[in-house]
Amino acid sequence: MNPMSDTMRREAMGIQAVWWREFKVFWREKSRIISSIVSPLMWLFLFGGGIGASLRVGDLSYRDYIYPGILTMSVIFGSVYFGLYIVWDRKLDVLKAVLVAPVSRISIFFGKVLGGCTDVFLQVAILFVFSFLFPSVNPWGIPLALLFLILTSIALVSLGLAIGSLLESLEGFQLITAFVIFPLFFLSGALFPADKRLPVWISGLVVVNPLSYTVDGVRSALLGVAVHPLYVNLSVILLFAAAMLVIGSLLFSRMK
Amino acid sequence: MNSPGRCAQSVMIETHQLSKTFGRIEAVRGIDLTIGRGEIFGLLGPNGAGKTTTIGMLCTIVRPTSGSGAIAGFDIARQPTQVRRKVGIVFQDPTLDTILTGRENLELHARLYGISSRDRGRWIDEMLELVDLQDRANDLTRTYSGGMRRRLELARGLLHRPAVLFLDEPTLGLDPQTRARTWDYIRKMAQKESTTVVLTTHYMEEAEAMCDRVGIIDKGTIIALDDPARLIDSLGGDMVAVSADNIPVDAIRALPFVTGVTKSDSSAQITMQSARLHLPELLGIIPGIRSVEMRKPSLNDVFIKLTGRDIREDNANPSESWVETAARYRQRGK
Repeated sequence: MNPMSDTMRREAMGIQAVWWREFKVFWREKSRIISSIVSPLMWLFLFGGGIGASLRVGDLSYRDYIYPGILTMSVIFGSVYFGLYIVWDRKLDVLKAVLVAPVSRISIFFGKVLGGCTDVFLQVAILFVFSFLFPSVNPWGIPLALLFLILTSIALVSLGLAIGSLLESLEGFQLITAFVIFPLFFLSGALFPADKRLPVWISGLVVVNPLSYTVDGVRSALLGVAVHPLYVNLSVILLFAAAMLVIGSLLFSRMK
Repeated sequence: MNSPGRCAQSVMIETHQLSKTFGRIEAVRGIDLTIGRGEIFGLLGPNGAGKTTTIGMLCTIVRPTSGSGAIAGFDIARQPTQVRRKVGIVFQDPTLDTILTGRENLELHARLYGISSRDRGRWIDEMLELVDLQDRANDLTRTYSGGMRRRLELARGLLHRPAVLFLDEPTLGLDPQTRARTWDYIRKMAQKESTTVVLTTHYMEEAEAMCDRVGIIDKGTIIALDDPARLIDSLGGDMVAVSADNIPVDAIRALPFVTGVTKSDSSAQITMQSARLHLPELLGIIPGIRSVEMRKPSLNDVFIKLTGRDIREDNANPSESWVETAARYRQRGK
């Protein structure tokens, strides 16, 4: 076998190995799957149903209106936390044996990203099963919505891994939640329309938050309402994912 | 077992002035080693002597500051991937994935090391059998005992059939019985594929029993390198500890069969040739003897002779030396 293709084969096996491990872990930790499904459903039915009793957005019920936003929310939390989890892996020395294998760091990073996206994809797929409870949702828009959500997941798992490879201990978790995850979520327009009625300082932050484009893209796919044209949403998310992959793989490669 | 001449024909590990500095601390200073194929080599020394750093450099985890090293002909700095394929590592601290089963841990390793799906199952079964874990293979490793985890790690280290297996304190924290069994497995594995084994330990008796050669390392340099038996012989015979009211050190030293005397308070450690033959004569010149103890010297005595310190003094788990034991018994007798 020529050495080039042998190296490629080994790297591909390495990516697949890490992915396989993440999938096993995901499948084994049933409590994590359940909580990742239950909390978005609570947002939709308890929060959305409650506020929706006295509020509509255009022609849509509030509960239907935030469905795309809550899908995005579960992608945000699932992806970033998945990435941050390597702090824990490092603490338990689980990664040590993986990092001395004859597989490049980049491949291990890609295996992790793939593993995280698979987890998030499965969670989102389960949430899509409930879409029939939201009368305004157009089921034919689901594939496009999934594309947006998967690209976002790639970006955010990379972001989580990037932050995780910089963190020394789990104490940073709360800070990351407060200063990264919540702002990304609240300023994405997941829970409110990102239109002219917003105060200037909020709308400014919404415009620079790449996740606003995910929410807008998913909303246009599922509900047919949008602020930006499709190509804008898609190119912002593609750029965001590419940038995060580069930054994440660089930081992960330097991790001690 | 391995004469230097034979080693030279199939060198597996070679280092030249290998060094590592962390900030201002010189952890390893210029190590030259040549280790042959199939050799079991022990790296001995107190904590902080540079053992783990040396192994880290050879496994390409730690980047050398200067000097060079090669494993199976591959340079550790320039060809890390090729080196990694050739080596297996068992770390000092456990690194099993406790959320996976024993078999899944091996499966993950096999994939990471590029073992084809055709061979994977068979190689894993062989390894599980070698370490007697077939029955527990499908249990999560978090349910394993310390000894079982160690065995699985050994199996994992050898699964991809490395040319060199590095073992960093493979028996640390295990009870004596499990330790003995672990060594049996290591020996069995090394013989099976004529794998080169490089290990660190501070159980001197184990190093003596296991290793073809040992390198004694202190403060980042190798201070002795030889067959353990030869190192012990170099001390010049048997060790006798005598405690007495008055020890005539000069008279003892003058005896032709005595090779060394160290005196501390009211006791002395004497190294001598054939103690069984000459002991009566020695004791004849020491008045007021309270106790006598005789034994074969160990690698620890070699270390004491070379550094003036007990190898175990610097270690986290202090087990007392025989002089201390003798002192304790003496006091109890009073």
